[in-house]
Amino acid sequence: MLALSSLRRDAVLRGVAIQVLFLGVLALLVYEAVATGLANMRAHHIPVDFSFWREPAGFDIDQHLIPYSPASTYGRAFLVGLLNTLLVAAIGIVPASLLGFALGAARLSRNFLVARLAAIYVEATRNVPLLLQLLFWYNAVLEALPSPQRSLALPGHVYLNDRGLFLPAPVFAPAAVWVLVAFGFGLFGGLACWFWAKRMDSWRSLAVLPVIAFPLATYFAIGQPLGFDVPVLKGFNFSGGAKLLPEFIALLFSLVLYTAAFIAEIVRAGIEGVPKGQGEAASALGLREAEARKYVIIPQAMRLIVPPLTSQYLNLFKNSSLAVFIGYPDLIQVFAGTVLNQTGAAVPVMATTMAVYLSVSLLTSLLMNLYNRRIAKVQH
Amino acid sequence: MPELARTSPSRAAPPPPPRAPGSGEILRTLFATPRSALLTIGSVVLVVWAIPGLLRFFIFDAVWSASDGGPCRAPAAGACWAFVAHKLPYFTYGSYPLHEHWRVNLVFGIGAMLVAWLLTPKAAWRRLGAGLFFALYPMLAFVLLWGAPGLGLPRVGTDLWGGILVTFVVAAFGIVVSLPLGIVLALGRRARLPALRLVSIAFIEFMRGVPMIAVLFMASTMLPLFIPERLAPDRLVPPLIGVALFASAYMAEVVRGGLQALPKGQSEAAKALGLRFWSMQRLVILPQALRLVIPAIVNTFIGLFKDTTLVATVGVFDFLRSVDSARLDPNWAGPTITPTAYSFAALFYFVCSSGMSRYSLFLERRLSR
Repeated sequence: MLALSSLRRDAVLRGVAIQVLFLGVLALLVYEAVATGLANMRAHHIPVDFSFWREPAGFDIDQHLIPYSPASTYGRAFLVGLLNTLLVAAIGIVPASLLGFALGAARLSRNFLVARLAAIYVEATRNVPLLLQLLFWYNAVLEALPSPQRSLALPGHVYLNDRGLFLPAPVFAPAAVWVLVAFGFGLFGGLACWFWAKRMDSWRSLAVLPVIAFPLATYFAIGQPLGFDVPVLKGFNFSGGAKLLPEFIALLFSLVLYTAAFIAEIVRAGIEGVPKGQGEAASALGLREAEARKYVIIPQAMRLIVPPLTSQYLNLFKNSSLAVFIGYPDLIQVFAGTVLNQTGAAVPVMATTMAVYLSVSLLTSLLMNLYNRRIAKVQH
Repeated sequence: MPELARTSPSRAAPPPPPRAPGSGEILRTLFATPRSALLTIGSVVLVVWAIPGLLRFFIFDAVWSASDGGPCRAPAAGACWAFVAHKLPYFTYGSYPLHEHWRVNLVFGIGAMLVAWLLTPKAAWRRLGAGLFFALYPMLAFVLLWGAPGLGLPRVGTDLWGGILVTFVVAAFGIVVSLPLGIVLALGRRARLPALRLVSIAFIEFMRGVPMIAVLFMASTMLPLFIPERLAPDRLVPPLIGVALFASAYMAEVVRGGLQALPKGQSEAAKALGLRFWSMQRLVILPQALRLVIPAIVNTFIGLFKDTTLVATVGVFDFLRSVDSARLDPNWAGPTITPTAYSFAALFYFVCSSGMSRYSLFLERRLSR
């Protein structure tokens, strides 16, 4: 008894000793690094605080979602870069998911030609670095596009040339607000319809109707308050309309195509991860193949798919930092690149950049944990 | 109701007809439903449309030998393989001095032999091979590549290194460091001591939460500030450290998966046998846990290998960067140079990455026997 308790005490003591030693060494290293860093930065007159935040940036940014000019502050430049990063990530997620799910389904197709082609696409895309694909789209494909005078005219006043993609920009008359209001009512009505249909256990898809019909009716009732600013060729370039930078297009394409290949593998693994007996049981109950897929296989596969799918979305968000290689003005290129070079404030700039990426990642994994817990509760 | 209950077992039904898809079966699935038929036709059209053009560009119309870009600029010329052949030394060694190329070749050769030794199942003396590869080889490679004037090997600065050499150095360093460091971090994350656990979690989550480019930026802008100037590192060192630490965090999560999948009885049994912590990990836990996650470990290596391309952000000339700068050579400039250069680079990365994943599949099958 005595021996046991002394051994136990020993183990505890040992644990404490190890931790104290570990933390001590760590603290010493950190102290040394910080002391050296501060001394170095003072010697080279490198700012360590955020006083540069309100100073004028003095450089222009090609694509800004909020008003920005060289006279704007560094803080504004940060915001512009952040919004550009979020823009490409948010727009990329949707087509990447659609393509990924389609490819994943294609890989499981009983049609071997389709399965084979999808497999070739997935293998080729996953085994080649994203950076190479990005450079390919930017330097090999977009570079080969014609100049503005000979640009490719796509239907609906869309023009593609080596300066980018030019689209008609919507111009809203003040009355367009009412369409938005109608859309809100439509959403509300749709929700009501959905609950009603749920109780009746049928016609659930009818709920879409008010969401579309309300704003559409309003739009025509108040005389179509929406115009388009069409891009027009003037001299050597287009003016008017909305313009997507070639850098944005290349980044979006490569991110979507690359991420879709990974999503395809996740979808395939998720569907294959549902025990075979589930499909057999469904067909034994008389469900047709499409019904079995819809009511039995996919709901269970989604449980396996969603967590890794989220981490692919996060990867897409983080990979958008490859923008720096082609000069798309994302957070890294604008802030950790230009702003850092101009101000020299390495520590505040890198800390802010890291904090942005970290908070998005941690927030997502927090939501993911909540989701997993909910699923675990359903699973008895 | 006695007639409802059988008294004798029923006769065994014949087995269902074999459903192994014969060639007839496969062909039938192509047109099983209207949708399938439509997809088949679409796929055939895609293949018939794409293949001849690709073959023409990459093989039949390709320029195989030329001393400059002239023949490649001909209107109907395809891929300019002459350009790749001409630039191959640059793609391989970067600006490493011509007379010293044998040193790089020697490092590649010894490395290839050691890797082949280690990867061959049932090869003799594998433990010795591992020792040579992880301890002696890095030192030998360093002396050979970096140079040792005392031994008659002139120094070659890393600003002259480039191409496949740098890609392999970064990847090999990352692999050699990230596996052990990842194991330590994974054990730390599962440790009972809160200080170890918290520090491990903080490190892992930080690295996994930020993009690798940000880590490389940080390594190259902040590392030189935070270590004393007399220890000022070579410019290749920050990216090496950045890549290794980044990969370690992902490796730690992979190893943790293996540790979690192992039944608790294993560690309890090891403790019951009186094994101390490290012996238990070395003899019982890790051999089983790592075996469970071999595919994921190899996937991390593949990711690491592809991510080596990002070191170009901080001015290191890896293979992709060398290819990307060589295509701008005015002697060779022409419309086919860029696609040729990128296709060659893609082929290189594809062969390396899919080679790794094929090997892991092979190993997995062998171990599961």
